[in-house]
Formats: sequence, structure tokens, C-alpha cells
Amino acid sequence: MIRIDIGKKLQGANGEMFLDINLQVEEGSFVALSGKSGSGKTSLLRILAGLESASGSIVVGDEVWLAGEKSLAPQKRKIGYVFQDYALFPNMSVEENLFFVKPDPALAKELLDMTELSDMRERLPNTLSGGQQQRVALCRAMMNRPKLLLMDEPLSALDPVMRSKLQDEILRLHKAFGTTTIMVSHDPSEMYRLSSRVLVLENGRLINDGDPKEVLLKTQGSQKFSFEGELLDITKVDVIYVAIVSIGQQLVEVVVSSEEAKKLKVGQRVTVSTKAFAPMIV
Amino acid sequence: MIETLKTLEFTPFLLSFKLALMTTLILFVISLPLSWYLSQTRSKMKPLLEAITALPIVLPPSVLGFYILWALSQNSVLGAFFEETFGVQLAFSFTGLVVASCFYSLPFMVQPLQSGFESLNPHMLEASYVAGKSKMHTLFKVALPNMKPALLTASIITFAHTVGEFGVVLMVGGSIPGETKVASVAIYEMVEIMDYTSAHIYSLIMLIIAFVVLLSVYIFNHQYRSRIGIR
Repeated sequence: MIRIDIGKKLQGANGEMFLDINLQVEEGSFVALSGKSGSGKTSLLRILAGLESASGSIVVGDEVWLAGEKSLAPQKRKIGYVFQDYALFPNMSVEENLFFVKPDPALAKELLDMTELSDMRERLPNTLSGGQQQRVALCRAMMNRPKLLLMDEPLSALDPVMRSKLQDEILRLHKAFGTTTIMVSHDPSEMYRLSSRVLVLENGRLINDGDPKEVLLKTQGSQKFSFEGELLDITKVDVIYVAIVSIGQQLVEVVVSSEEAKKLKVGQRVTVSTKAFAPMIV
Repeated sequence: MIETLKTLEFTPFLLSFKLALMTTLILFVISLPLSWYLSQTRSKMKPLLEAITALPIVLPPSVLGFYILWALSQNSVLGAFFEETFGVQLAFSFTGLVVASCFYSLPFMVQPLQSGFESLNPHMLEASYVAGKSKMHTLFKVALPNMKPALLTASIITFAHTVGEFGVVLMVGGSIPGETKVASVAIYEMVEIMDYTSAHIYSLIMLIIAFVVLLSVYIFNHQYRSRIGIR
């Protein structure tokens, strides 16, 4: 069990803000942390890692990481941290990046095999693609068999296909090692796939906490599909109007009436919704 | 021309390079912790330290030379201490020149090193801390190996700047042949006695060396960047 009760004054984009978190995390669970940018997610993660100071208490199992102002150095916390920008050591090969944490060839081999990186062992990080680099970063974070794995938007710089592939790998690693994990994410489908619990942070406070279904399915019970997208164009076809909306990676055409067409402006955010009476799942 | 070449005295060059080499080595050792500290600190003292280190860039060499001469002379506390303890006379001696050069060239070592440290991805250093490695281990195994161009630039610029120094050397060292008469001072004296042939030869040698050294630095940095995959 990880018990967190911390406070810290932050200088956010919207002026001063107080981060005030009281939270308990089950051992072996996978927690997704979401919220608008500037809500304090990264700060919370960095405080847990010991990279930023705070006051309060953090107790992990029978170890005290933070008591009042007294903080255990990040070196002694035995955590794994995956940064959004990978932060690999450019002067070391893939394998050396892993060995830097701990010279444990058996574990390194296991991790590299699981993430299909075995052929890249001797390559330098800057010769790898973004997805490969992030997999190396993930392996590196697992090398000291961390008690707590912290990931700060690890997949946000990757394209959707790579993102989905890495989600599988994160899931596989989590199942194999059972590491308690906290991951910052903005992507609802990612949180739904990976986590067993979702926290929502706003202005430094937890405003929502529950299992992914409760938190993420906004239209629960109304049996509706609802997508947010950007209105790209409205064209007149014979007597009807067709709006072209970009939703995620897809463009869809939606028929709108002439009154609706007058109210809409190209470029605005719109919500497309429909009753889900006969959906096809392929 | 050939006659002049045969009789040409090379001691001033040797002195220049000896002085530059010693200055570079000493400054490298001093500046490494200083620039690492300056790059990592959030202390309010930082601007003050930065201003002091940058002083030699803006001060006229004569001002710096005058203060150093005054501080090193036998009448000062420091000069007297060295004279009594080590039997070394600092003013108008090679040792004094080294001390003066270290002050004079300090910013040329500290500033490239500091910007080298500052250009490192801070997350990379944090990744090392999280992996359980101390600041010292991180400095030598992660920070320094990833800023080789900055290390080379700092060393070469310091070396070249010390070779090219004139005002401070003249103030602190005078022009004692074989002791403090370095190449730049020698050229000045040749021009003064209108020995233009020797002045030309000396100047040309300095020009070629300076150019070759700078060219090799830029070639190295260029190749290093393409090797580790930065354009």
C-alpha cells in the first residue's frame, strides 16, 4: 500500500495553485492520472519520485519517503520513471542504457525480448524511432525492479498505431512484473485499456476517483454515442447540407439541416452524437 | 628570409604553448565543478558568481594586469606569503604568468562548459538519479560523455585565448627572455625595433596554428553530431 498525503504551492500557468493530494494506492494496481494541463499531474509524479520537494507524508509499504519536509533522496526510492521525451543516454547503446541502471543481463534479455528490441541491443538511441526509444526507456525503468513505476505521458509523442502497440507492451510488462504503476495520460481509450483506476486532477485537487468505467463513460445510461471533433467544412449538396467533421483520426460526413448549417462555423469544436440502437462492432 | 629562419628564436613559442597548456589544465579542473554548480543551482548567488566570472571579458587587460601585479607583488599579503612559504616570486616570473592567465582566461573555460551542462536534457540527469546514481556518478558517466563538443570547445578556446594574450602578460610578466617573453610579446618587440621580417614569420606561424586548431575543433564537432545522430 502506498499512502500519499502531500501539499505544495505551485506556480502554474493560471497563477498560484495549491497541490493538495490525499491518496492511497493498492500494491500492484495500475492507476491512470488525468486532468487538464497545469492541473498538477506532473508535479505529483515528480514529488513521488523525489525530484521535487513537498511537505506532508509519503509511505510506501514500510518505508517512509516523505515525513514533513524530510525527504528520501530519489536515488534511494527504487522507482522507475518514464519521461515523455524518453531521456535515454545518447552516449550508450540500448543495452548499456539498461545496464547503467543495473548490470543484470538476464533481466535485460527478458525485457528486450518482451519488447522485441533484442536485435537493437547495440544500437545508439538516436538511431532508433520514437516508438523504439520509448520501449527502451520503459525497459530501462524496469531494470531495478522498481516498487513503483511512474510514467509521464509516455505515449503522447507517438502515432496511434505505435501507441496501441506500446499499450500492449506496457500491459504485458505490468502483468509479468506486477509493478505498482501510476501513469499520466490524456487518452481515454488508453486509460480504459490499461488502468484499474482513474484519477482526475483539477487545480491541484482530486475531483474524481474510480474505476475506468465510472469515470470515463460520460454518457453512461443514455445509450448514446458521442464524439467530439472539429468541423472542417460545410457543403451544400442538392437540398441538404453536409458537414465534414474530423474525429480522432477519422473524417466523417454528417447531414445537417439548413438552420443548423447557418449556426455552425467552420473550425469550431462540435459534438456528434446518435442513439446507439444498432451499432456494428467489427 | 632563409637566413632569418635559421637564426629565429623559437623559445617564445614554446613559452606560449607551455603557458597555455598549464593554464588550460588548471582551469579545466577548477571550472568543472564551478560550471556544474552554476548550471544546476537555483541559488540567488548565481548572477553574482556569473558576473564575477565574466569580468575578465570586459575589463581592459591592463586593469586586470595591474590588479594581479599589485596582488602578486612582494609588498602584498599574497605575494609575501608565496615568497616566504615557497620561495617563489610571483611578479615577473613564469609562475606569476600562469596565475594571471588563469584569472584572465577563466570565463573562456567556464562559459562553454556551463552552456554545455545547461544544454543537457534535465530529464536525462534525473533518469540517472532515479536509477540510484549519485550526482558525481551522473556527472562523469552521463553529463560529461554527452557534451564532448563543449569540453573540446572550452579547452581549445581557453588554450587559444591564452596563447593570444598580450596585455596581461606584459603587465604581470614583462618581457624576460626564456621566462616571460611569450610569442605575442616577442612580435610586439620585433615591430618596435622595425624587424618586420621576423615579425612576419612569427605572425604567420601564429595565424596558421590558430586557424588549424579552430578548424579541427569545428570538424570534430561536426562529425560528433552526425555520429550520435544529431543533425
